[in-house]
Amino acid sequence: MTTKTNESATYTEPGMPGVVSDWAADKQAFDMPWGKLMMWIFLLSDTFIFSIFLTSYMNVRISATAAWPNPGEVFALEVAGVHLPLLLIAIMTFILITSSGTMAMAVNFAYRNDKGKAVLFIVLTALFGASFVGMQAFEWTKLIVEEGIRPWGNPMGAAQFGSAFFMITGFHGMHVSAGVIYLLWVARRVGSGYYDGKSLEIVEIAGLYWHFVDLVWVFIFAFFYLW
Amino acid sequence: MTETAEHPIGIYLRIWVLLFVLSTFSYLVDWFQLQGYLRWSLILLFMLLKAGYIIAIFMHVSWERLSLKLLLFGPPVAILVLIALMSIEGEYTFATRGDYFAH
Repeated sequence: MTTKTNESATYTEPGMPGVVSDWAADKQAFDMPWGKLMMWIFLLSDTFIFSIFLTSYMNVRISATAAWPNPGEVFALEVAGVHLPLLLIAIMTFILITSSGTMAMAVNFAYRNDKGKAVLFIVLTALFGASFVGMQAFEWTKLIVEEGIRPWGNPMGAAQFGSAFFMITGFHGMHVSAGVIYLLWVARRVGSGYYDGKSLEIVEIAGLYWHFVDLVWVFIFAFFYLW
Repeated sequence: MTETAEHPIGIYLRIWVLLFVLSTFSYLVDWFQLQGYLRWSLILLFMLLKAGYIIAIFMHVSWERLSLKLLLFGPPVAILVLIALMSIEGEYTFATRGDYFAH
């Protein structure tokens, strides 16, 4: 077992010996850019936040005596006379997955030092994210104004439905909105040459946040809309 | 020293298509109105596959060091414990509501 030196900075032994040398290193644990590690630690904490919301939704739904509204019906849309359950949600899911795709491409271009394409794909990702938020806002408006759903009750079933829905999608939508602003800020900095001569790892770091937002949606889609 | 994600762009496109396919399958679970254990196990399966691919490939975790993987996947075990406890508690609350508030 060797303690790490600067020369072997990026190499880790496979398996537990590598874990031990990482944590036993004298200068820093985790030979990783600090920005990237801190983003991971933030995402770990955010995982707990969303898990708490989803777990409490589970608890409240299990213990509710009234029937839980059927999300397929609540979120259905009628297009040209055809009744399509969860249509808007499906579109939102595809949009967010596409945005993760464009983000992965942005990171790839950033590491190839292709600033122009990196900026283009970051902005594209932000646009997809903004359209997701727009659709969520439309969904909220429809539920509040037309369906009469409130945090304390609704005409369709268990009174707790609204509270769980608005809390979970509200926090998620807030994270997406913050992500859009963050991405545009990063795009501006990359484009203006702020990172010239330095590493473009900021794109990967922003990408981690963005993929996290998509990841949370995967869980919300499964547990709230489909279950 | 920075880690560079120098993979051919093809892998991201393939995973992207895979995510679309898995999302379509998830949607079909509802479209075909599957019910009960079949519904729930398929919902969970597709959800975990999608989450797994996003974390492993898009977030690059497959290529990261083991100490980072342990950092990320260790603490969430506590979340699983919370889920187990809260589902037990939820069932109990439901049962007592039936016992005390039912007419």
